[in-house]
Amino acid sequence: MNTTASAADRANAAANAACPAIPPIAIGGFTLRSRLVVGTGKYRDYPVMQAAIEASGADCVTVAVRRERLVDAQGRSILDFLPLDRLTILPNTAGCFTADDAVRVARLGREILEQLGNPGAGWVKLEVLGDRTTLLPDPVGTIEACKELVKDGFAVLCYSSDDPIVAARLRDAGAASVMPAGSPIGSGRGIANPSAIRLVIERLKLTEQGGSPDYPVIVDAGVGTASDIVHAMELGADGVLLNTGIAHAQDPVRMAHAMRLALDAGWHTARAGRIPRKLYANASSPWEGVISHIPGE
Amino acid sequence: MRIELNGAPKDLDGTPTVADLVRHLGLERAACAVEVNARLVRKSEHAAHPLADGDRVEVVTLVGGG
Repeated sequence: MNTTASAADRANAAANAACPAIPPIAIGGFTLRSRLVVGTGKYRDYPVMQAAIEASGADCVTVAVRRERLVDAQGRSILDFLPLDRLTILPNTAGCFTADDAVRVARLGREILEQLGNPGAGWVKLEVLGDRTTLLPDPVGTIEACKELVKDGFAVLCYSSDDPIVAARLRDAGAASVMPAGSPIGSGRGIANPSAIRLVIERLKLTEQGGSPDYPVIVDAGVGTASDIVHAMELGADGVLLNTGIAHAQDPVRMAHAMRLALDAGWHTARAGRIPRKLYANASSPWEGVISHIPGE
Repeated sequence: MRIELNGAPKDLDGTPTVADLVRHLGLERAACAVEVNARLVRKSEHAAHPLADGDRVEVVTLVGGG
């Protein structure tokens, strides 16, 4: 072992001793070890997807429900590349523009996951979209579908805008988690409005605002790079969901690794008590004992 | 009879059930779900659910998504 490696080992050992381990996240009866949830779309091929999921450390991945390609029944299925014994599948309702369609798609996804014996049959990532160009959520349709799916026994994770009032309405409609978008899906613009995300988190978590500290808030969409994840976690998110930021990176597996490290960094920095921002500098080396001439003194 | 299968017309002989259709498509072992006229037909009900002329049938599976 070389010197560098043992220094890294010592740093890891010191961190493990001093920092509490990152606890699993509980969402509507589900428990995930990793707070990073990754999508399975847009990869150039399935083996890269599989390796990226592995590198991300995620134990939950999202999938979509689509028409069976009846002409190509021999084609490889994504399910051949997802270790279903280790992953909880989170089916989404992507592509739905009405509450009715989202409820249909959620039920179809549950039917497939029940056949596969995957625990993901019990939950859904609800998306009811407003239009095709922004992919922003339709809040009215999302609330309507959320109520219907909760009635039908689903744990509903709601993709939402970063509006704190809408977030509270979704929570009140029975959502197991509200997942505000950092910025539009696939845009890679990170957290476009950090203040809004912070307001969503406070609205859902602070008891004085009717929230609960245990209510899970996951930033979903817009993550372009690892620092966006750190940012989301610093703002108080419980986890992050992303797809394009990994799948369309030049090296998806390496980016997935970076995203995993960012999640950990963000979790710890959010709890380590950062220094306040100051306008002026504050020297790190003491003034006392300087031998130099200080201008103006 | 003629049904609409995944958005395209499809002619079927006799009076098939959903189970017959799934077998005809070679999907009996595939991870898929079936809807008839926008209502889920659970796998346990496939054999007991007859198809009718004009039915709109969706056969879906899981794909990559975010």
